[in-house]
Amino acid sequence: MKQLGIFIKKEIYHILRDKRTLVILLGMPLALVLLFGFAITNEINNARIALVDLAQDELSQEISARLAASDYFTIEDQLPQVADIEPHFQKGKSKLVVVFPEQLQSNTRRGIPTSIQLIADATDPNTATTLINYAQAIIYSELQESTDNPKPPLHIQTEVKMLYNPRLKSVYMFVPGVMTVILMLVSAMMTSIAITREKELGTMEVLLVSPLRPPLIVIGKVIPYILLSLINTAVILMLGTFVFGMPVEGSLALLGLESLLFVVTSLGLGILISTRTESQQVAMLISLMALMLPTILLSGFIFPIESMPKLLQIISNIIPAKWFIIIIKNIMLKGTGFEFVWKETLILLGMMFLFIAASVRNFKIRLA
Amino acid sequence: MEYAISANGLTKKFGAFTAVNAITFNVKKGEIFGFLGANGAGKTTAMRMLNGLSRPTAGEAQVAGYDVYRETERIKQHIGYMSQKFSLYEDLTPKENIHFYGGIYGGSLSFLKQKSKELITELGMEAYANTLVKNIPLGWKQKLSFSIAIMHQPAIVFLDEPTGGVDPITRRQFWEMIYKVANEGMTVFVTTHYMDEAEYCDRVSIMVDGRIEALDSPGNLKKQFKAETMNDVFLKLTRP
Amino acid sequence: MRTILFILRKEFLQIFRHRVMLPLIFIMPIIQLLILAHAADYEVRNINLYLINRDGSQAAHRLIGKFEASPHFNIVGNAFNSDEAYRAIQNGQADLFIEIPVDFQRNLLRDGYAQLQSSVDAINGVKAGLASAYTNAIITDFNEEFRKEWISAVNVSDSPKAHLATNGQPPQSTNTHTLLSQPSPNEADKRSWEITASPYHHITISPSPITIRSANWFNPELNYQTFMVPGILVLLVTLVGTFLSGMNIVKEKEIGTIEQINVTPIRKYQFIIGKLLPFWIIALIELAFGLLVGKLVFDIPFVGSLWLIFGFSALYLLVVLGIGLLVSTVTETQQQAMFISWFFLIIFILMSGLFTPIESMPAWAQAITRFNPVAYFVEVMRMVLLKGSGILDIRIHLIVMSAYAIAVNSLAVLNYRKTT
Repeated sequence: MKQLGIFIKKEIYHILRDKRTLVILLGMPLALVLLFGFAITNEINNARIALVDLAQDELSQEISARLAASDYFTIEDQLPQVADIEPHFQKGKSKLVVVFPEQLQSNTRRGIPTSIQLIADATDPNTATTLINYAQAIIYSELQESTDNPKPPLHIQTEVKMLYNPRLKSVYMFVPGVMTVILMLVSAMMTSIAITREKELGTMEVLLVSPLRPPLIVIGKVIPYILLSLINTAVILMLGTFVFGMPVEGSLALLGLESLLFVVTSLGLGILISTRTESQQVAMLISLMALMLPTILLSGFIFPIESMPKLLQIISNIIPAKWFIIIIKNIMLKGTGFEFVWKETLILLGMMFLFIAASVRNFKIRLA
Repeated sequence: MEYAISANGLTKKFGAFTAVNAITFNVKKGEIFGFLGANGAGKTTAMRMLNGLSRPTAGEAQVAGYDVYRETERIKQHIGYMSQKFSLYEDLTPKENIHFYGGIYGGSLSFLKQKSKELITELGMEAYANTLVKNIPLGWKQKLSFSIAIMHQPAIVFLDEPTGGVDPITRRQFWEMIYKVANEGMTVFVTTHYMDEAEYCDRVSIMVDGRIEALDSPGNLKKQFKAETMNDVFLKLTRP
Repeated sequence: MRTILFILRKEFLQIFRHRVMLPLIFIMPIIQLLILAHAADYEVRNINLYLINRDGSQAAHRLIGKFEASPHFNIVGNAFNSDEAYRAIQNGQADLFIEIPVDFQRNLLRDGYAQLQSSVDAINGVKAGLASAYTNAIITDFNEEFRKEWISAVNVSDSPKAHLATNGQPPQSTNTHTLLSQPSPNEADKRSWEITASPYHHITISPSPITIRSANWFNPELNYQTFMVPGILVLLVTLVGTFLSGMNIVKEKEIGTIEQINVTPIRKYQFIIGKLLPFWIIALIELAFGLLVGKLVFDIPFVGSLWLIFGFSALYLLVVLGIGLLVSTVTETQQQAMFISWFFLIIFILMSGLFTPIESMPAWAQAITRFNPVAYFVEVMRMVLLKGSGILDIRIHLIVMSAYAIAVNSLAVLNYRKTT
């Protein structure tokens, strides 16, 4: 046991000596959570739009004023004619152009059908659709107010309740995701590289001939990373809670245990990778391509799994991060207890044993 | 007479630690100059200052007539260097390594083609010509490194423990190569901690803790310290 | 110049000799492109819906039928009380539930007004917003139909000026939304539900003959992949470029060969150029390859000039590779180089407008993106490939990128020390 302690100390020295990596490991969660919390969002604010006002009458000006007054839009430019729209888009100046036809107001008064055109640069389809929707709504309401209109008959009103995240903050979604990615990074990627490095430098051989038993060597190597992971978890949780007001509805203890489970599962993966690779560069690339990208893309962190093609949905099941994200969202946001996440927990446990068993097997083969 | 290398009070500090402490010496042209010392005595650091890899903290030195502060790039045109760490590309073949380094020194393609053929024959490495360097035995690799370091006919060649880990026969062959280039007029500056090798040098300096404690021909040194071998000289100096 | 050629030759030999490298450089990114283009999709399908129907009326059945027919929803269960439905959301079975109250149809006919309730799992704000928008669209649609039928049934003629909604939208780029129509179900913003649920959609009878027509230019089918693939190409070329160049010099440091080069009279700029060019060539070939896949597999329109794309890419790659080399010059081990590159790349990529629009960022974040080379490239790719922007349209991008290229590479040259 004392030997193990010494061994862990050595590993902690390695980590502490490499200041740059340490700063990044501790700074990354900070930067990511802050970025996701403040900057990465789909909300539309002050989108730049342009007008082609061929009417130049009271109504067109009222509508323009209304558009300008909304938080969604800023009027960037007035284009003299419709032909200017395409070059305008090509310059990338704005993404929506509102075209008021000639004699808008007089035609309207006389009952001659006219139409206001909304032309969107739909290279980004979602933004285009959203901008059109907002603009439509604003123009309708202006038209509605400029005339008195009775409420329609037979109206169905829908009351929408947004559960768990009433203000639809994206941070709620991203905090669990960032936490997962960071834990994966520290646990799987760092350990696989650290162990391979020892192999590459030849120091692994020295350790293996020492009286320390091989499993202890591996345990000694990973414990500091477990500590680092838990520190990161705490930092991310505190940021989420104190900076972004994210709730932790469920039990903190359960959350901690589940995080530990995920960390150990990731470590298992990291060790498995290291038993199969000989050089740091290969370990890094495998971790990057086979662990980090799937964890970011296929875990439901950024893109909803339900919308993916069937094949990707099936693949997503073998990604531990997917299950962990479900678990932490349940505990943090829905406040559910163990009875709601036991299935996911069981899957993670299964994966953990699988990875560790496979690593032990590989390790033995190497020694034999 | 003009010296190939002259150093005066050359010093290198890393923080509070003084690795090389005001060393002063001259190396004559065409001489084999041995630079001896225990591990950590400052040999490599001193050599790195001379060949322009490391900037001195104080003192002055000229190598091939150029100043080590201001004219490092000029120095580099006139020296060859074989570092302690093995420095050929392991994932290239001997031929490819020769082409690369020769190319950097400005050799023309036809020259390099001819030269690499010559070198490989000279070294008796035909069997390894197209093998990746990492699969070649260490002794061969060291000889190859040396050949590459002197390929551009530098005035001075710096060898940093060139025979570390090499068997006695290969070491012998290696020194024959050194003698050969020295006879052709090249100055050889070599560090080593094999004391028998010191006997092969024209003059040796012995460094202890960053200082040069003794400097003369092996014969004179043995007389001065009343010792049988250079090994005894070294032991007397380091364990007073 | 000849010196540079010798370095180039050596670098290529080393790259091609590594058996793992080539597939890693060329095949992995293409696989990533294929996967990413399918995974990186904000369009939401298969929303799991739970229903609580307390009204046995015909209206309720027809409304449910509409949800069943929608491609966006899967009805996964029926509940009798909201507790049960709530549990379904809690354990992740359902994304939302809709409650049809007792006497839904009767209230509607008697009071001219009825209320539905929907509760959405809003942890994923984007998805919740969409789910809610789709729900509203279906309900509004049903509302129209029901009203129309009822009004004609009781033989009350409609306002002659009212323009009724047409069901389904024309497949072309121009959708005519009359004042009766609901927002297009393609919308993708979390706030859009506020609009549809807002008083605006109470205007169901036109106050005037004004219609609002909308058109989606450059991507009339609103194909998300058309939008994403050029951006993903940027991502892949950037990743490969930075990692290859970032690892390179530091690798020579680790194995010690850099010393041997440092004692040669080689010029610093020669060394940096020699290190840069091989990856520059590889990345350009990779881009060409990626564009080909984009064209063949995803049918990406190449509206603008490919020369312009390659010209800009050439410039951009100098920046990316320069950053990689810069990282390489300041680090000691490959592990460090890798972590530092990873850290900056992830920030560059998240702030590039690739996944979320730059316009949505707060002002300070938008200001930061002006220093982000990835953001420029993403924008240029989309502008030129999808909109056909010309060299004048992207002149500012070109100027910024040139300045960047010069700055970064000069820094790399300055930072690379032959003498320590």
